[in-house]
Amino acid sequence: MIKKFIENAGWPRVIIGLFLLGLFIAAPFVGVRVDTSLSDTLVRFGMNAVMVLAMIPMVQSGCGLNFGLPLGIIAGLLGATLSVELNEKILAHCAQYVDAAAWGAPISFASAIVMALPIAAVLGYLYGKLLNRVKGDEMMIATYVGFSSVAFMCIAWLLLPYKNPTMIWGYAGAGLRTTISVNGYWFHVLSDFLAFTPFGLSHLYVPTGMLLFFAFMAFLVWLFMRSKTGTAMTAVGSNPEFARASGVNVDRMRVISVMLSTMLGAVGILVYEQSFGFIQLYMGPFYMALPAVASILLGGASVNKASILNVAVGTFLFQGILTMTPSVINSVLQTDMSEVIRLIVSNGMILYALTRKVRVKR
Amino acid sequence: MNKTGKSFWALLADNAVPIVFIVISAIAIPLSGFSASYLVQELLVRIGRNSFLILSLLIPIMAGMGLNFGMVLGAMAGQIGLIMVSDWAIVGIPGMVLAMMVGTPIAAVLGVFCGSVLNRAKGQEMVTGYILGFFINGVYQLVVLYLMGWVIPVTNPVLLLSRGYGIRNAVSLIGIRGVLDNLIPVSFPFMGGVVRIPLATLLVIAAFCFFIVWFRRTKLGQDMRAIGQSQPVSDSAGIAVNKTRIIAIVISTVLACYGQIIYLQNMGTLNTYNSHDQAGMFSIAALLIGGASVSRASIANVFVGVILFHLMFIVAPMAGKNLIGQAQIGEYFRVFVSYGIIAIALVLHAWKRNRDREAARRSLRGPAGSPAKEAA
Repeated sequence: MIKKFIENAGWPRVIIGLFLLGLFIAAPFVGVRVDTSLSDTLVRFGMNAVMVLAMIPMVQSGCGLNFGLPLGIIAGLLGATLSVELNEKILAHCAQYVDAAAWGAPISFASAIVMALPIAAVLGYLYGKLLNRVKGDEMMIATYVGFSSVAFMCIAWLLLPYKNPTMIWGYAGAGLRTTISVNGYWFHVLSDFLAFTPFGLSHLYVPTGMLLFFAFMAFLVWLFMRSKTGTAMTAVGSNPEFARASGVNVDRMRVISVMLSTMLGAVGILVYEQSFGFIQLYMGPFYMALPAVASILLGGASVNKASILNVAVGTFLFQGILTMTPSVINSVLQTDMSEVIRLIVSNGMILYALTRKVRVKR
Repeated sequence: MNKTGKSFWALLADNAVPIVFIVISAIAIPLSGFSASYLVQELLVRIGRNSFLILSLLIPIMAGMGLNFGMVLGAMAGQIGLIMVSDWAIVGIPGMVLAMMVGTPIAAVLGVFCGSVLNRAKGQEMVTGYILGFFINGVYQLVVLYLMGWVIPVTNPVLLLSRGYGIRNAVSLIGIRGVLDNLIPVSFPFMGGVVRIPLATLLVIAAFCFFIVWFRRTKLGQDMRAIGQSQPVSDSAGIAVNKTRIIAIVISTVLACYGQIIYLQNMGTLNTYNSHDQAGMFSIAALLIGGASVSRASIANVFVGVILFHLMFIVAPMAGKNLIGQAQIGEYFRVFVSYGIIAIALVLHAWKRNRDREAARRSLRGPAGSPAKEAA
């Protein structure tokens, strides 16, 4: 029975899972609080899960791992900065319908999402069109599309005519800052919704709202993947020739999946920021794709098959290791090896998936 | 369309990337306000510094493995060699040679590993090599940051972190700084300034170019070109495809190791945890700017690329400052161009390959082919 479980779960997950379990067990003996660690893991899970969810549509439609996630993140950043910039106007407009004092933060956050989504849709559409031209090389090109769009936006952040004094450089009077605090706008708007500390453990903070939001997004994706379009998309990913023969427009499905991935990426970064408390511009989004890619692969997804369960398991394991290794290993060895372990585990997972795919195909 | 017109447009299309860069440079040079002698000096230094690294990319392209993003493995091996040599306090040319000797076996082992991994991911070599670079970067950090001074004997307190093991973030390579560049001192007056030529470095690079020309004509080189054309055909012709591909990567990795040592002897300082990161990206961008594609690259591409890319490197920040008043914009523009050009080159290559594949499939169907297709 154990053998069957291991076969189902796959060796990498079992090993990483046991490693994580070992870390949690070892934690109290080296003076690390388990409840704090668990709480940190939950928070980081909530922060990153939606961005990992953004991998699903593209993987399912056969576009491979979305190394172009920074594109969606940029859309999210635009939405975030716009919501801060236009905060007063939006709130003044909404004040006639609802109590602005009580609903200010949620309205502001919602406005960020509403503004980010169309930008993400447009960028995703163009990105999808591009990926249709380069079938077979999507992942490499996605990486560099992500990188170059981040570099391009570095120029844009300097030049865009933002006016809000909390966002622009004080001495120059123009150009956005590298990190912008969302405190006073929508800081912890999701995290603190229904947040509680169970069993009277004051260190075990559960960001209920953020987890619920992930569950909601996951449900939407789950629902979509079961719709007619979603099924067609999966068919395209599994066997494009067969899908075309059954009358599915392959290119259109791929574009839709890329748009969806980009939009989820935009929402994902907003969730991340409201918990983190800062909008990170410039080179901030640069390497954000790799942890997300590694997470979903760690969860058991392959280059062309991914499920919500993969997202949840993978993000939990990955973020768990990220949270636990610095504190526990640090206490044992008196050094911080977390960065090295993160590099080896995450990239090792991606390598494993890339090389495994070929073996299955043969 | 007549023949001359077609070939003119074909020529233009083939060299679109270098042409665009010549135009950008032509606009940016006067804006930057640098003197001609300064530019020539800087360019000569940078040609000496970077050409060897870029040349190391050529052989895997010949073998049809695309741009070798795994070259950072070689760079890391070279850096380990340099760290060891600094610890042993061996200076000058002997130090450099010894660093190469230390780096070679490490690079060879990493090359075999890289080649075997790439053989398991055929068709995805570039993205796999790219991730492999990150993966080995993790292992490299593990070795340099934790094992050196603990398991691997490194005793020089200048190198070690204060905690007793692990290498400092910046290692001064004062002992071998510029030893190759200044081995044969040559300088000449040029347009109101004096330009010094790193002659010995350029000679080494020239020797490498001859090696590549010669290598192409050997049995092994011919095998690689055959594999680059078609793997199944090469296989049936009795060429050991996988083995030859591994050899191509090993050669590239070892050469990248030497390239990184030459690069760092010019720079004079080793950023232990960052130097190798950019080696791959900048080399690949330079090669592509020189007009190479994923499947075709020549020695001329290397030198055109290194000149154009580094010309922009030098002038873009100043041009940005003089034009908009912010050097930062020129800096970001340069980063954008480096990544953008790789993206565009990859897109053009994949696009062309897909079109060729489609055309080949159509031609198989024959002229009477599928009426349904024509109707659609």
